[in-house]
Amino acid sequence: MDKTKETYVLKMDNIAKEYYGNRVLKGVKLHIRPGEIHALMGENGAGKSTLMNILFGMPVIHSTGGFEGTVEVNGEPVQIDTPLKAMEMGIGMVHQEFMLIPGFTVTENIKVGREISTPNLASRLFGRSMESLDFKQMRRDARKALKTIGLQIEEYVKIAGLPVGYMQFIEIARELDKTGIRILVFDEPTAVLTESEAERLLEAMRVISSQGIAIIFITHRLDEVMAVADSMTILRDGEFVARKEIKDTNVVEIAELMIGRKMEKLVDDGIPDTRTIKDDDIAISLRNYKVDMPGEKVTGIDLDIRKGEIFGIGGLAGQGKLGIPNGIMGLYKAEGQVKINGQTLNLDKLGDALDHKVAFVSEDRRGVGLLLDESIEQNIIFSAMQTNGKFLKKFAWINLYDAAAAQKHAEEMVKTLDIRCTGIRQPAGALSGGNQQKVCLARALTLEPDVLFVSEPTRGIDIGAKKLVLEYLAKLNREQGMTVVIVSSELMELRSVSDRIAIISDGKLACILKPDDSDAAFGLAMSGAWKGGQENA
Amino acid sequence: MNKKISNFLFQNMVVFLFIILCVLATYFSKQPLTFVVSELFTRIARNSFIVLSLIIPVIAGMGLNFGIVIGAMAAQLAIFLTTYWGFTGISGFLFTVALATPFAVFFGFLVGKLFNYMKGNEMIGGLVLGYFADGIYQLVFLFIFGGVIKMNNSTLMIPTGIGVKNTIDLKDTVKYALDTVPMLTIVELGFYLTLIILACSVIFKLAKKQPVDWKSSAIKAIAAVTIYGLTFIKPVEQFLSADRLLLLWAVELGCLGTALWQAFGFIKWKLRAQKDGEDSGPNSFVPMKALVNLALAAMIYGLTYVPAIYNILIVVRLPVMTYLCIGALCIFNNILMKTRLGQNMRTVGQSRTVANAAGIDVDKTRIIAMIFSTVLASWGQLIFLQNVGTISTYGAHTQVGQFAIAALLVGGASVQKATNKQALLGIVLFHTLFIVSPLAGKELFGDPVIGEYFRVFVSYGVIALALAMHAWKKPEKPKAETAAPREEKPKAA
Repeated sequence: MDKTKETYVLKMDNIAKEYYGNRVLKGVKLHIRPGEIHALMGENGAGKSTLMNILFGMPVIHSTGGFEGTVEVNGEPVQIDTPLKAMEMGIGMVHQEFMLIPGFTVTENIKVGREISTPNLASRLFGRSMESLDFKQMRRDARKALKTIGLQIEEYVKIAGLPVGYMQFIEIARELDKTGIRILVFDEPTAVLTESEAERLLEAMRVISSQGIAIIFITHRLDEVMAVADSMTILRDGEFVARKEIKDTNVVEIAELMIGRKMEKLVDDGIPDTRTIKDDDIAISLRNYKVDMPGEKVTGIDLDIRKGEIFGIGGLAGQGKLGIPNGIMGLYKAEGQVKINGQTLNLDKLGDALDHKVAFVSEDRRGVGLLLDESIEQNIIFSAMQTNGKFLKKFAWINLYDAAAAQKHAEEMVKTLDIRCTGIRQPAGALSGGNQQKVCLARALTLEPDVLFVSEPTRGIDIGAKKLVLEYLAKLNREQGMTVVIVSSELMELRSVSDRIAIISDGKLACILKPDDSDAAFGLAMSGAWKGGQENA
Repeated sequence: MNKKISNFLFQNMVVFLFIILCVLATYFSKQPLTFVVSELFTRIARNSFIVLSLIIPVIAGMGLNFGIVIGAMAAQLAIFLTTYWGFTGISGFLFTVALATPFAVFFGFLVGKLFNYMKGNEMIGGLVLGYFADGIYQLVFLFIFGGVIKMNNSTLMIPTGIGVKNTIDLKDTVKYALDTVPMLTIVELGFYLTLIILACSVIFKLAKKQPVDWKSSAIKAIAAVTIYGLTFIKPVEQFLSADRLLLLWAVELGCLGTALWQAFGFIKWKLRAQKDGEDSGPNSFVPMKALVNLALAAMIYGLTYVPAIYNILIVVRLPVMTYLCIGALCIFNNILMKTRLGQNMRTVGQSRTVANAAGIDVDKTRIIAMIFSTVLASWGQLIFLQNVGTISTYGAHTQVGQFAIAALLVGGASVQKATNKQALLGIVLFHTLFIVSPLAGKELFGDPVIGEYFRVFVSYGVIALALAMHAWKKPEKPKAETAAPREEKPKAA
């Protein structure tokens, strides 16, 4: 393909990498032209992160035996073995988890590690580190970088307390401020943004690339790729699949290439639906239910969820949908009346929901959901062990850990849920997002709940895993009659699996819709036009 | 508004609690204020420096540095050697400082190295390291001095010739060496120092072929000469020949200084406003703030005319040089934070991951912070020792860490945040309590022994209480974080 003598700002060829005998990259190549937006796509575990870690010379690569292959920047072969070197080559990264310091001002964050300083007597004696900082010049630079991406913000405010969307932009401003930046990596930048923020981010990306800076855009969202990217590279299972120009391809083809099988409906209808759902058999009833969860406040909801149904809860971010399960589980302060199968729940007592056979898969996998340093096995069984007293054997008056039973159960779960791991002893933190989610699910299921709350089940996981998770939820519901409540911001996924969908707007119930209601009905409900709380038949 | 006040009280509850305790204890001790205040100022002079040495590690994210004990040991090692060699006076003291510094740098380097292996556990590590170092210290003082290195000095050594005596008297050597430097000498020193710095800076610039700001250099030189010239006027010379400054005069000078400083800021602000219209951000001169400062200065000056306060002010005499050193350290702490190194320390303190990603050498920055802290602590211990006048060879350093840290915490500092103001306020509160609590105990329970218990109880209790109260204050914000582990709380089975 080099017949046209194209010049590349970055060429990575035949990249291979092994982690403890496990080949995660098998001869991958990545070619980036100057000033283009290049999407890097692939399912979770396809090797995108590893490839980027190699590009940045992260210690995790070099402490595990380095990698094979060649890296060329601007046509010259280079050895990038520290992040500092990557920085000097003009490679910058906008991290998924923000690398910002809350206690610092915007200026200080933008200039971190690259402060402008002026020499003084002490610095002449003791070296450059004693130079005094030139705050005036630093502020001027910060203002300039902020202006480039069109962020209206005072450069001397502190980061703490700024909205998440702003933080992303400050990260970008910091990378832009680096002189000689040639390649900028965006690692799933829109994952944490609201729709309008994401729009602005894409706009900013266009502006940046028009200045000749190449962008590597890692994302799961196909529509964003179609909207903004010039070309793309697709990886699958550590292998290079294709490099495509966006103008020569379409969504369906990309999705096919990514998954390697035909894109299907999110959920198969293969499972026979033999459920009988009665309107008077209520699993969960909420009356005047309020939750004080920062950013997701619930301000008074009346809701009945019938036994045996899959109930979806949707709505825009920040409207309070996440507050509902978190309040019931006792993670945030809640008030009002909550009845589980007719029994009143004590909202002030943590763990009471678990006693009522309600399980919860949190949206905050890394924070609340998992013990990251513990093994998969421990993660799957610990809740059941503490709550139900399972996996314990009695020895005289002492309860001992029943390792054999726990191992058997964990292995079973790993098999049924197709958790990709090196074994059940692997720490949960080492898994990819989708597999972590499966571990969370396995843990909740081990509790053998009557009601399962699943919050954002598919956030940050790829289509393949998404489908598997949703199908499994549907299967649980059909075969075991489990009541499943899915809280999600992705309407598509709610509509493909739920029986009824409640839309939460402004902390209140906007309405309850059927999955096959019109797009307009959903749109109106989410935008807060309806406040009735009526079921829309 | 009401919520604002209660929030303010909650945020500063450690400080308020100790203010209340101090007032109550002072009242019950039935001591005249003149006694308490003069005692307090002695203790401020003694202890401030070492407390201020704790600030840099806190900023660099290493918590409260219990390792300052090791700095204190370096100081004692140096002062023992200089005493043995027979150095006296201010020159002896300066030589001791010069001798203690390389020791402290070396020890600080080692401590920093060690702390880099135990990130996140520096506090407990420092505490244990202090005990460990104490063992080595005892080995050196009890066995190596005299046992390995022959030392013949019957006043310092145990009669067998092996090991150092329990107490070392500094009366004829460096006692009050720093406290008794006359103001005249200080001004003279300042004059020569300014000239040297000016000359150095000009020479450096010439050597590097950079433009030299002759005008401002000349103005600075002339100002220095003028001030030095003033000291030749008889009444000024007489005033300055003393080594102590009456507190009354210090307060008056302080008020005058504040007024002048604000006026200076105002003129500068006016001039700049004329030059360019651009406002240079949040640090510029705020007229409202200046007015408040002026009003405060006037009020404090007014208070000196109150007889009760006047009586106190004319009793207390401050050792000028010591207080200048403390002030210089405060300024140093502030200036350091405005340098590249200081900014790196702050970054490392806030987030090591971010610092690393930004290309800052985290480990090196932390080691430098430890070296600074250890060296400053050793100087602080020297200032303490020259004021006390005797060394308890095996005891003087043991509680340095606890007392300094307790003082810092009482001032409202925490493991993550500490400022000069908090350190100074903490010293005032902690030592007030330290002075009056035994007396209050004696008055209340009629037994001096209970008063002594009170004292021990206060110093350790303060650390525990302040840490507990800071911990209580914290969980307000990240609720989700504290909720998480509770989910897995085992049931009583």
